[in-house]
Amino acid sequence: MDPTITLILLQDGIVNGAIYALLALSLVLVFAVTRVVFIPQGEFVAYGALTYAALDAGQMPGSVWLLCALGAAACGASLWTQRRMLPPRALARLLAGTLGIPLAALLLTRELAPLRPGVLVQALLALLIVTPMAPYLYRVAFRPLAQASVLVLLIAAVGVHLAMGGMGLVLFGPEGSRAAGFSDGSLDLGSLTVPGQSLWIVGLTLALMLGLYGFFEFTLYGKALRATAVNRLGARLVGIGTAQSGEIAFSLAGLIGALSGILIVPLTTVYYDTGFIIGLKGFTAAIIGGMASYPGAALAALAVGVLESFSSFWASAFKEVIVFTAIIPVLLWRSLRGGVVEDEE
Amino acid sequence: MTPVLELQNVSVAYGGIPAVTGVSLRVAAGSIVTVIGPNGAGKSTLLNAVMGVLPAQGSIRFNGRDLRDAGVEARVQAGMSLVPELRELFASMSVEDNLRLGAFRHRAEGRAAATRGLDAIFALFPRLQERRRQKAATLSGGERQMLAMGRALMARPALLMLDEPSLGLAPLIVRDIFHTITELRRTGVAILLIEQNARAALQVSDHGYVLETGRVTLQGPSSDLAADKRIVELYLGHGTQ
Repeated sequence: MDPTITLILLQDGIVNGAIYALLALSLVLVFAVTRVVFIPQGEFVAYGALTYAALDAGQMPGSVWLLCALGAAACGASLWTQRRMLPPRALARLLAGTLGIPLAALLLTRELAPLRPGVLVQALLALLIVTPMAPYLYRVAFRPLAQASVLVLLIAAVGVHLAMGGMGLVLFGPEGSRAAGFSDGSLDLGSLTVPGQSLWIVGLTLALMLGLYGFFEFTLYGKALRATAVNRLGARLVGIGTAQSGEIAFSLAGLIGALSGILIVPLTTVYYDTGFIIGLKGFTAAIIGGMASYPGAALAALAVGVLESFSSFWASAFKEVIVFTAIIPVLLWRSLRGGVVEDEE
Repeated sequence: MTPVLELQNVSVAYGGIPAVTGVSLRVAAGSIVTVIGPNGAGKSTLLNAVMGVLPAQGSIRFNGRDLRDAGVEARVQAGMSLVPELRELFASMSVEDNLRLGAFRHRAEGRAAATRGLDAIFALFPRLQERRRQKAATLSGGERQMLAMGRALMARPALLMLDEPSLGLAPLIVRDIFHTITELRRTGVAILLIEQNARAALQVSDHGYVLETGRVTLQGPSSDLAADKRIVELYLGHGTQ
């Protein structure tokens, strides 16, 4: 193994690791705020990728219709749970959020999709279509279970994952897709050639992490989310709605998932079920980080990415096995050390 | 004049076992009302039910408005604040962040307004100002109680409910806390105070209720209660002045 190959593998690992890091961060966030293990994260990656690919091919992505259906379902669910207390202003906000956004996305897609308006607009449109699905799913599937145990929430998450996987097959078909990247250029660093798309991935990941850090550290709503994660009852006692916090957490997770998909679809062919394995690697990183530490999860994600790229070189048949087996010693070490993530309720 | 808080025939049960039965209680605007009683009488249960943390039967009216369908967040929004027995602070966040989140109800007013509120709390509890950058988890018991009260006051509530504020604190700090409670009277906030320390509670309050095994067994102006023979024997001990 010569240094050039090492460098290429390292670069590959870092790019993959950046994606896993984003997914791991959103898993930690959703779990901390809502206690939901967000298994459907991978579907958001696939939906983002395939929606973007459809737009890039000048087609109407099927996910727009799912967005409309989920928006209507979320609207119905919220009307039911809030039926006894819904002032006019809250009703207007609810209708705009659950019916207005899908309608706007539908009209925009109809207008713009045949025009092939360029990668940036396509990416933004794909984000607009896929991201709101996450808070809608929260309203339909998780908010009614807010008091349930972690295990029940996990079962619901598996159910949502299966449903979204099946819907993905219906909406996008069994064929894989690829799409144009953000940049065709590349950067030559000695013997190493870094594709422009890889720079985009690492750059956007860093920017998003910095943005999240600023959000949690310096804004009232970011602090409110942290407060919900630290002490759910305390947060309710100062008037922070756990449902609102959950919705923000899910929105961020949906955004991150969809963006990850958009970023990887120029590099690899994405199928309707590709997202699951990618999401699982993010999950592995989140577990290694203890489901509680953001920097821990991000570092673990980089390690997972590098481990994956090296094992695909040495033992490509066992690449997934090696990555997922890495979780076992970490879990052993964690349980021996006694640092268990507790279910506080 | 409508009372700030009016309970009529409120009952709370844990899995079919009644903890509070048929309690009626009023807190007039600007007054301090205390509920005293032995351990396990249902005092905390009652406060949690008023705050919406526990489901209750009967009528709970706040400023004349029925709160039957309001969740905890809606009750905070309406102007209630509870300082719970376990404080429920945001342990890994700074003292200042804890306080600023206390003003979440007034988030539309912006950061400058919250900073003014913060200064008022620091004037009330100078210790918190010294520790404003420290994490809440590093505070002593008395400081935590101050922080919990400060966080609740940041919401500028119409009704402040205190659950055993003296619990587990050293006598000197207990004196400080009760002194603060009397100071708060001047701000016009109504206070519902739950205490095992019956003597101190009756001293600072206008009206008192005695809760025993989930029922109100005695009530009246605090000065009368403090002189009542049964109260003296049961809660204040013999040989008191």
